[in-house]
Formats: sequence, structure tokens, C-alpha cells
Amino acid sequence: MDDVAIKIDKLQKVFRLPHEKRSSVKSLFINFYRDRRSFERQEALKDISLEINKGEFFGIIGRNGSGKSTLLKLLAEIYTPTEGTIEVNGSLTPFIELGVGFNPELTGRENVYLNGALLGFNRKDMRKIYSDIVEFAELEKFMDQKLKNYSSGMQVRLAFSIAIRADSDILLIDEVLAVGDALFQQKCYDYFEQLKKAGKTIVFISHDMGAVESFCDRAALLDQGKLITQGHPQEVIHRYGEMLAKYDEDPNRRQKKDGLKHIGAGGALITKGSIINSKGETTNRISEGEPFAVRIYYEVENKLEDPVIGIGIMGKQDQSIIGPNTKESGYELPILEKRGYVEAHFKSNPLSTGTYRLRASIMNTSVTVPYDFVERLLTFTVIGKKRYGDIYVEPKWSQSTNKGK
Amino acid sequence: MNLASTVSKKNRALLAELVRTDFKLRYQGSILGYTWSLLRPLLLFLILYVVFVKFLRIGEGVPHFPVYLLLGIVIWNFFHEMTVQSLTSIVGRGDLIRKIRIPRWIIILSSSISALINLLLNLIVVIFFMVINKVELLDTIVWLPLILLEVYIFAVGLSLFLSAAYVKYRDVNYIWEVILQAGFYITPILYPLTLITNLTLQKLIMLNPMAQAIQDARYVSVTHETVVGYQVFDGGWYMLIPFFIVTASFIGGLFYFKSQAKYFAENI
Repeated sequence: MDDVAIKIDKLQKVFRLPHEKRSSVKSLFINFYRDRRSFERQEALKDISLEINKGEFFGIIGRNGSGKSTLLKLLAEIYTPTEGTIEVNGSLTPFIELGVGFNPELTGRENVYLNGALLGFNRKDMRKIYSDIVEFAELEKFMDQKLKNYSSGMQVRLAFSIAIRADSDILLIDEVLAVGDALFQQKCYDYFEQLKKAGKTIVFISHDMGAVESFCDRAALLDQGKLITQGHPQEVIHRYGEMLAKYDEDPNRRQKKDGLKHIGAGGALITKGSIINSKGETTNRISEGEPFAVRIYYEVENKLEDPVIGIGIMGKQDQSIIGPNTKESGYELPILEKRGYVEAHFKSNPLSTGTYRLRASIMNTSVTVPYDFVERLLTFTVIGKKRYGDIYVEPKWSQSTNKGK
Repeated sequence: MNLASTVSKKNRALLAELVRTDFKLRYQGSILGYTWSLLRPLLLFLILYVVFVKFLRIGEGVPHFPVYLLLGIVIWNFFHEMTVQSLTSIVGRGDLIRKIRIPRWIIILSSSISALINLLLNLIVVIFFMVINKVELLDTIVWLPLILLEVYIFAVGLSLFLSAAYVKYRDVNYIWEVILQAGFYITPILYPLTLITNLTLQKLIMLNPMAQAIQDARYVSVTHETVVGYQVFDGGWYMLIPFFIVTASFIGGLFYFKSQAKYFAENI
């Protein structure tokens, strides 16, 4: 028992979702006399039993809505279990989000103190570590400016620099890595290494299978509120992959109103693709050498931070001939919300005459898990005179005659 | 209940920081800044003074009526500010409640302390007018802190109840606004209690803890010519009813808040 950091026993969480949100006194009275049970029970977690050992880096994976975040919030005592128990051995700090409580009207300095207090530091502690925090965030010159004048990158850096000061035995981390640029991610990874060395217990929720595989000692897979499996990260990730594939075969799961076949973890959808010719018209015929653009329409469920959108053009033999993505091009997408589209512009069409197929995907920052992937988005034709090969590259020809014997 | 021991070092630091933030944000962007804490009650008092003392000539028989009036307004404002601010405070701090682990009551406590600080600033204005008005220093004034404590406990109890109820029912906000407005007029703040000649009505009015506290505060610090509960009820046991209401609302509020606090994160 002494080496167990968190012991979860038969944990169950049920949310009571009112059918018609009962937030006025009038409807309270009406419902009081009528049928009071107009609630929908949503079982977010069902019968979860799990033990996380001290010093363990524990990953939790699963699709959106599988109950990962609910589990984390229960561990953090933000939610109360409906049934079952959670025993926590040691002090615990949750990072559901970076920079909670940041106030845009306060200066950077004031926000550091406020955020520090939320992590359990008093003024005296904060004075000692203040300059370290500012230095780490590389924001020395900006501390007396109001937070609203910071860029989002600066805010994240500041929040992260404070967060890593938390000195708890157990840390709960929810997708903190989903924000920030590559350099910042490296800092996060370094921090994880430090935590591991310091023997902290970490519960880590992520869609980034790469991170789960490289950091976690063990992992668990959740689906529809149930614990599917737990064990070695590689095996759990493998199981997750199988599960995603199986879901994809289920004809009832995805709405097929767009006639497209989607594969992925969900949360974002590629709804349409189109080819724009040099005149700005939508078409499916373009000429050789003509400038053109590929437009990918997306729809995001909530909010997607630092996603990567990639396209692939499949050639005449149905093999991928080009496959650029926003990350490889060094193009940083903003936070995606609701609907929109992304365009990839090609200065000159390198394809030779023939028919091609376009596929597209929208992926997580580390390009390991697709939120959505559509293999057959559209087909288009290239017209012209070059008939051999898929891509036409103009060489410089020369000739020489063999002058020897 | 020993608050000091239940408030750990961590929570004390958090409480201090929340109160500090609240104060910094309150007069954000205004030129006069904190001066408004003193200026606002002063100006509001001037309006009421001109209307009620100079035009309507209410309270002519009461010695030091301006100070008498001011003290009543200050105490009522304290009660008003504290309950109104606490009411929306849990929902307003939803981002904290849904994402980190902080004791829920700390949010109510921090807004109550903000109101308390404001009360102290307002009392400075009262003292200033007491000096100008040449109010004799009464030795009964030592009871004033105790009376203010009563108002504080009453307001905290109501705040706990209202803030928790507001998470579930957003109408509470409007209902409370109306109750406060009614309370302002049925409490002898702008008029002396002697203006009510119907004795039964006088008794009913004095059952209200706010009326009792304001009258007592005036009695102990401004003039003994204030009618207090003891006289109205003729020393009967029901003069204790206001204290019973205060105790009941504090305990009731505390229990309701405790029972609801677990579900704040999912209900907000």
C-alpha cells in the first residue's frame, strides 16, 4: 500500500443532464409538481479500478469523450464520484489547463503572484522564485505590462514557467503539450524528464501517442467510460489503434451524409475538398504548369490548438506522390474553431496529364494521431501534353558522342 | 468554529491574493483609484443628506441626525455589497472551480473580506463626520465591533446560501435584488424608527436583524436617544428573535453551501 500513489476503486461518475435545463425557479416549481425525473443519466465513467504506483509516469489515452478528462477531474477532486472511492497518497496538483486564473487586466508580475497562490505558494515563497520564473519565461522586459498586451505564446510561456514550480508528489497533466511551438514543446519534454528523475508520480492524458510511448511507464485505455485495458504503453497504444480501426468499420458510427469515409479519433472533421485554378474558379480540371490551390474545408467540434493539416496527391498507380503538411512547411495554423478552410497554393502544377486523387488529414501537433483522415476526398484531372510519369520535372538535356574506340 | 486553524497556510496565501486582486481590479482604469472607496459613500451620503435632512426634514428631533443617517447607510451598504458580490462570485469564478482544486468557501470569504475592508474605509468617513458634528464619545461604542460582527455573520450566511443557489437557479440574482430593495425601505435607515407610530408595525420591523443591528449601532455610538429592540419589545424574550435569525441563516447557509459545493464544478 505504501508504494501506491493513487488507488481508484470501482469508480463511477454519472452526470445528470436535465432534458430541459432547469435553471429558473418557475420551471423548478413546474417540474416539482409534474414528473421530476426529466433527467438523462450520462454515465461518464463506469466501474473503473486502477492503481497508480509512486514514481510512475502513467498515461491515459482514448478518443474524445471517452471519460479521460472526467477521470482527471475526479482525481483532482474537482468532481465528486457518484460511486466508488479514490485514495490519494501525497500532495497533488492538477494541470487541467495552463494559466488558470490569469487576469488580462493585471500585469504580468501580479498574475505570477496570483497564479502562484493558486498553486499554493505564499508571497514569501514567490519572492524567492519570482526572478527564476521570469527568466525561464524570457519575459523580463514585459512583467510590468498588462497581460492583455501579451501574445498568446508569451502567456503560455509565463504560465508554464509558474506551473513547473509546483512541488507536489503527484501531478495531473491534461494535454498541456497541445499548446505552444516546437521549442516550447521541447521545454515541456525536458520538464517531464526532470519530473521522472525526481521520482514524481505523473498522470498524463494525451492524444500524442509519441509522448505517451516515450514517457509513460504504464498506460490505460478508456472508451465510453470503461477501462478497456492497461499495461505497457506500446501494447495499449496498439490496442487503441485496433479499436479505432474497428470503429471505422462500424457503419452506424459516422454520419455519412457527406459521402466521405472518415478515419480518426474525432473532434474535427474534413468536410470537403476542392481544387482552385489560376483564375480562382473551383474546378476539377487543371492544366500542366498552371498555378493552382487545394482547399480543405474543416469543421471542429470544440477548439483545436496547434493542429496539423496535411494533403496527399495519389498518382495513377494509386501511390502517394506528394504529401505536404502544414508542419513540414513551417506554417503555424492558428487555433481552429468551428468551420473554415485551409489552402495549399502551388506555384506551378508539377503533375503530368492524367487523373489524380486527393486525400487529406487533420492531425495532432506531433502528427501521430489523425483527428480525421479522408482517403478519397476528390479526384481531379490534369490536361496537357506530358503523358509519362506522374510528376513532370524538366531536365536539362545534353548530348555527347563517344570519341573512344 | 475556529476559522484560524481550518485555514491552512496555503489557503491564507490564496485568500490574501484573491482579495488583493479584487481590490486592484475594482478601480482599474479610474484616475482617482482607491480614493473612490471614500469618495463614493461620501457623495452618496451627501445626496441623501440633502434630500432627507434639508428638503424633507426627516429626523429633526434626533440629535446628530446626519451622522445617525450616515451610520445606517454605511452598515446597510456593507450588507448590500457583500451579499450582491458573493451571490455571483461562485459562478464568476467558474474558471477556477472547473479547473483547479480550491476550497469553494474561500471564494465567498474573499468577497466578504473585500466588503469588510470597504466597511472599514467607510467607517473612517463616519468618524470624520462624528468629529465635525461634535458627537460626544460614548463609552458604549466598545459594543460596535460586536454589532458589526453580527451583520457580518448574517451576510456571510446569506451569501453562502445565495451563491450556491445561484449556481443552479439564475433567477436568484433578480429575486435578491428585489428583496434588497424592499429591505432597504422596511429597515429604518433613511427615517428614524419613531416615524412609525403603529406599535405592532414597529415590532415587526425590529424583528429584522438589519433593523436591530443598525438601531443598536446608532445607540451605542451616536446617541442613546435611539429606539432599540429592548424598548420596542419591552424586554420580552422575542427581542432575541433577530439573533436567532442570524444564527439560523448562518448555519442554514453553511449547510446548504456544503451540500452543494461538491457539484459546483459540473453545474456551473
